[in-house]
Amino acid sequence: MANKALQGIKEKADLVYKKILKKKAPELDLPLRSLSNVKYDEKEGYFQILGKKKERTLTVSTIKTFAQTLRMMGLSKQLIEQEDIASKREAYYISKNWKEAKFNAQPESDTVMDDVEAMLMVNREQIGFIPEEKGGEIAGQLIVIDKDTETKKDLRIDCTKFGSGAYSIPISVEHLKFETKAKFILAIETAGMFQRLVKHKYWKKANCILISMGGVPTRACRRFIRRLADSKKLPVYVFADGDPYGYGSIYRTLKVGSGNAAHINQYFCVPQAKFLGVTPQDIIDYKLPTHPLKDVDFKKIKDLLKNDPFIQHHKEWQKALKQMYQMKARAEQQSLAKWGLNYVIEKYLPAKIKNPDKFLP
Amino acid sequence: MAKDGPIAVELAKKQREIGVAEFFARNRHLLGFDNKRKALMTTIKEAVDNSLDACEEASVLPEIAVEIIDLGNDRFRVIVEDNGPGIVKKQIPHIFARLLYGSKFFKLSQSRGQQGIGISASVLYAQLTTGKPAKIKSRISPKHEAHYYELKVDTQKNKPDIMHEEVIEWNKDHGTRIELELEGSYQGGSQSVDQFLKQTAIVNPHSTIIYTNPKAEQLIFARATDTLPHKPVEIKPHPYGVELGVLIRMVKLTESRTLQSFLTTEFSRVGPGTAKDICENAALLPNTKPKEVTREMAEKLLQGITKTKIISPPTNCISPIGEELLEKGLRKEINAEFYCATTRPPAVYRGNPFVIEAGIAYGGEQEAEGSVKALRYANRVPLLYQQGACAITKSTVGTVWRNYGLSQSRGALPVGPATIVLSINSVWVPFTSESKEAIAHYPEIIKEIKLALQEVGRKLSIYVHKKKKIQMEGKKRDYLETYIPHVAEALKDLVGYKQADEEKVKELLGEILEQNRGKLEKIEINNPDYDEELAKIGKEPKEDNPEDKTEDKPNKEPTKEKEEKSNKEISGSKEPSKEDKQKTLG
Repeated sequence: MANKALQGIKEKADLVYKKILKKKAPELDLPLRSLSNVKYDEKEGYFQILGKKKERTLTVSTIKTFAQTLRMMGLSKQLIEQEDIASKREAYYISKNWKEAKFNAQPESDTVMDDVEAMLMVNREQIGFIPEEKGGEIAGQLIVIDKDTETKKDLRIDCTKFGSGAYSIPISVEHLKFETKAKFILAIETAGMFQRLVKHKYWKKANCILISMGGVPTRACRRFIRRLADSKKLPVYVFADGDPYGYGSIYRTLKVGSGNAAHINQYFCVPQAKFLGVTPQDIIDYKLPTHPLKDVDFKKIKDLLKNDPFIQHHKEWQKALKQMYQMKARAEQQSLAKWGLNYVIEKYLPAKIKNPDKFLP
Repeated sequence: MAKDGPIAVELAKKQREIGVAEFFARNRHLLGFDNKRKALMTTIKEAVDNSLDACEEASVLPEIAVEIIDLGNDRFRVIVEDNGPGIVKKQIPHIFARLLYGSKFFKLSQSRGQQGIGISASVLYAQLTTGKPAKIKSRISPKHEAHYYELKVDTQKNKPDIMHEEVIEWNKDHGTRIELELEGSYQGGSQSVDQFLKQTAIVNPHSTIIYTNPKAEQLIFARATDTLPHKPVEIKPHPYGVELGVLIRMVKLTESRTLQSFLTTEFSRVGPGTAKDICENAALLPNTKPKEVTREMAEKLLQGITKTKIISPPTNCISPIGEELLEKGLRKEINAEFYCATTRPPAVYRGNPFVIEAGIAYGGEQEAEGSVKALRYANRVPLLYQQGACAITKSTVGTVWRNYGLSQSRGALPVGPATIVLSINSVWVPFTSESKEAIAHYPEIIKEIKLALQEVGRKLSIYVHKKKKIQMEGKKRDYLETYIPHVAEALKDLVGYKQADEEKVKELLGEILEQNRGKLEKIEINNPDYDEELAKIGKEPKEDNPEDKTEDKPNKEPTKEKEEKSNKEISGSKEPSKEDKQKTLG
């Protein structure tokens, strides 16, 4: 894999060099990383990248970014050759040696890094870069088999034995193996709800694996859930806030990937995921306390209906979003506490899980 | 109350006529003699103005010698000699030693002098400060004798007091020479004699001025052209400019038999048709005898005039400096990057035709900080004092310069590396006072000045924007040069080529990127007309006479109020479109 990335970098650089020798303005082809460059096919189950590209032609206005992109490719080449890694932040600091071509803030270097990754159509780990973001937490009926970094022997990690704590998903998950008898995976948006379910050992009662995503799931978290669900043929249920962000960003990204990572969605998606709640209908059925939708929420709903290929594919989601738009209200997971702190464990989840057919796709 | 009569009788003993010369002797600031420095400048200005007027009237290329001799104790001897037509013997005493005596007040044609006060006021001032008479020499042709006079002004009677007269030998065919001894103060700077003579020479390139300053240094402003300016034609007054008192006097003095012929013969632009219209509008019969016109009828006539549409006065009576000359003057004086000048079509205020000219010099060696400098001229005479009170300043302030690339705060002169030159030419330049230092605020004049400034402003903005674009382009090139090595170096790491190749890549990248950018224009000062020696004159030490400041202050404050008032009036009226302009011009 590493060699393929290295080869890619060299090929791209050679093209630039040859173009310059021909006295033509060199260009770098970058796949467009946005929702407008993905399509959704339910059979494939994820956002597939389309052919749209943006050309970074060398001109006065692009010369700085152009130089930075080449520099970033150079750094990546060096990392691969030396079998080293650098975090996004480290890469940003390395750029400080590039004099005028240095990055002024990390978001700039992150963007260029994402560009390089997309250009080579690889995952950033393959070109030597690692994310800092935390991957999510696991509790419940699962044994993760990892390897000891020194002895290279198998390490069995029992996720039932973290007490009130949890097992953290590592940044790289490709080498992990799993043992489980659980019936399903429950992916939870907020750390607060995860804590409640862990404390009351909901995983034991429902025989499941609990995963805290902590907002939009990281690539590692998505990949972990995907590999676990694929290898153990487990259904994945998502329990998120009942708001446009919970639907359109958190759930959608977990299930089919994102526009920004269009080139690697294939690996970082969980097509078998289903949306358990909180649905707009839940807000009515459970008489949940709500907050009024803000302007950004209305805008997000409109945007999802208009531009998101996933939403456009599923009538159920369109219906749900329109329903929320008309209700003008949203509800958080933890609003169930209105009916008692453990209402979610005793009534809501059991009732929901009895009818997986009613989950949103 | 009963004592009314006797007191009035008592008072009547003190009541008598005030001699005009006596009045001006007390109010000499009205004539520009408020302080010693200005007195010296004004004296020279009046003498030089007269010399230039006389030469031009006689179609002689002016050659004027000006000499100032420092006598110590703030006393100076001033000598101004010209090659003009000279003055007939009989008139010499009246012209130099009688106030309000002259030829120019009664005719309408463009000249420097207007009222017949200037030179006699200088004689009066000299006499008041040193007690010495004016010494005059004049000769009208080689066939005539040269006359020498020593003259004083009899202040009570406003009549010349001839101290001495004789016929002398003079090795000059024709010309006039005046010598005065007066109290004064000589300083360099923007309001100095030096500056005045230099600016005069710039806008009167047909004249040679030989100037010997009090340090006994001789400066020669040589003639730059042998062509005399187009000679202004004398015109009759235009009906729109006439006032009731004048009208009554004209009616009494006319030789015409009917009102209609009075109107057609005494005024410009009035033909039989217009005359009939005026009479009709005034409800007077065209065959009324002028001698029988009463005050009431004259008033009706004036109303009739205002009601009648009369075409604008002829404009061949104006001899503007001209765009070319104005620009050339700027080029001589200022080393800048950009010059332009414009001459407006003639316009009319109160029946008097006038022409506004404006020019601007931008950038180069001028200071970017501080207000723009303004050079003002009226009938080719530089105006050095009372800038704040002048309609030219008011109009400059009232023009929005930000659109033209100069910064400007509200109600202030624009700021930037620029010099504005403005010139008004008219058969009657309306000054705010007899010292002829500031132009009065006539709305028509202010409007025309603004239009002239807007014209040069638009040309300026094109240049300023071009300059900005070039500077931006320069920055872009710098930007390219900064990042090209980075591209080459990064590519070297990736492709693994040699050092020599890296240089080649840099070179190629430079070519590729500059290909689409075209040639970079340069901003430079290209001004062969610039005369460094000339520009220095009048700029010597950073003076600023404290006397002047105190002098200017009381003048400024009252005019400020006036300015604000009329500002409102102006802002209400819209800038006229081209059609409007043509209408006013007829």
